[in-house]
Amino acid sequence: MNENMDWQPLWLTFKLASITSVLLLFFAIPVAYWLAFGKFKGRGIVEALIGMPLVLPPSVIGFYLLLAFSPSYIFGSWIEANLGFRLVFSFPGLVIASLIYSFPFMVYPIRAGLQSIPHSLHEASYTLGKSKTETFFKVLLPNIKPALLTAFVLTFAHTVGEFGVVLMIGGNIPGVTKVASVAIYNEVEALNYGVANQYALILFASTFAILLIVYSINNRLLRVRQGA
Amino acid sequence: METPTGTMPLAVNMGIELGAITALTGPSGAGKTTLLRQIAGLAKPNTGIISYGEKYWLDTPNGINITPQKRDIGFVFQDYALFPHLTVQENLEFALDKNQDKSIITTILSEIDLVSMAHRKPIQLSGGQQQRVALARALVRKPPLLLLDEPLSALDFEMRNSMQELLLRLHSQFQFTMIIVTHDLAEIFRLAKTVIQLDQGKVVASGSPQEVYTKISTEREPFLVIGKAISIQIFAEHILVQALVDYKIVSLQLPLLWKNKLSIGQTFSIQFTLENPEITLLN
Repeated sequence: MNENMDWQPLWLTFKLASITSVLLLFFAIPVAYWLAFGKFKGRGIVEALIGMPLVLPPSVIGFYLLLAFSPSYIFGSWIEANLGFRLVFSFPGLVIASLIYSFPFMVYPIRAGLQSIPHSLHEASYTLGKSKTETFFKVLLPNIKPALLTAFVLTFAHTVGEFGVVLMIGGNIPGVTKVASVAIYNEVEALNYGVANQYALILFASTFAILLIVYSINNRLLRVRQGA
Repeated sequence: METPTGTMPLAVNMGIELGAITALTGPSGAGKTTLLRQIAGLAKPNTGIISYGEKYWLDTPNGINITPQKRDIGFVFQDYALFPHLTVQENLEFALDKNQDKSIITTILSEIDLVSMAHRKPIQLSGGQQQRVALARALVRKPPLLLLDEPLSALDFEMRNSMQELLLRLHSQFQFTMIIVTHDLAEIFRLAKTVIQLDQGKVVASGSPQEVYTKISTEREPFLVIGKAISIQIFAEHILVQALVDYKIVSLQLPLLWKNKLSIGQTFSIQFTLENPEITLLN
């Protein structure tokens, strides 16, 4: 490997993606359940808000998060006064931004998975004396394993690919906020195409490997379900 | 009641005999399934009272609506609703109450003749086998009331026949009250003590199958079919005849006395008067 190659941005990227994906899994499941089965007014507004990161330029999200996290504004100053740390240009700030940015990638597949379960399965469970909570953990969750896996991997991959938001609120602090996508940009700007290529190649290969593994696992799960 | 074509009022006042088998019938869209789901607590009418024995399951004027979990029912769904991620055995164990004795699983599995399939997933079973598992699962908690939503409609004649036998056997063994939604006349006559006929959300006839259908059939011309016997199977208590009627194969279950009278290739006529079809040999 080239001696100019610094592994830290890659390590930081995968750390950010892992933390984001695990946290989102827990946040997204209840929201997905609520979107799939809840009866409430204003559903359209909630769905549109959750879907915003899909269509909004990352720099727009980054811009508003920058304002929100900044200690010169209410939220950022409250965090700093009460929890004693600053979100802007920090790793926790990156995690929060990624949670927001990747939220739809976790929620939508899980919601689709939940909705694809025939309603009679819920009802069968109820008539067998099982509560909604029991039905959720024993019937619904085990039957959406492929959707959970897809959601997790999409979220992971999407966080790895994050660039605009990170640049806006994280900047470029080595070991803190300088993730691989930002590092590639820096190396290209400095005309170090060789190093940029190494980062890019590693990201390309590792994301391809992850997707490959996931799709083979998913195919196996589907085959098991079809009894082959 | 919401239907594909809009809203239809469902207004029903009926009583079900405890311990007996009642058939709920009528054309599609008559409200049979909705009614069954309301009894189970899976659907809620705008207003109404549903009581079982001394207990009120639904009493909208007094704000009572007991959840399906607490209604002491077994429900067999039209699509079977077996849990795809669980084996046959696990599907039955799922139904166990917290402190219930596990031995009932083995008893029921042998009762439905599926001990050898206990470790298979539902997808690996035939339609008839899945149906038996669904029935068994609904009986694990020994519910005093069993509700079945067109459970046999997807099965062929033979399977239907053996499922009806199984239902009758389980009914006499477990002594539950049973309400079955069905379109099939033969099934109603074979299983039900009482039949309730619905149309457009209202009860249009009720009574024993004989009473209900004789009344209907006297208002119509009896009909006559002529068929040719092409195969005859002999069973312990009946014979099964496949007959060619026009270009269709019709299966007939006849009393044993026809065993020596009817032979393959013979043409015969059947005049239906519903209670006692009259069979005459023609050659």
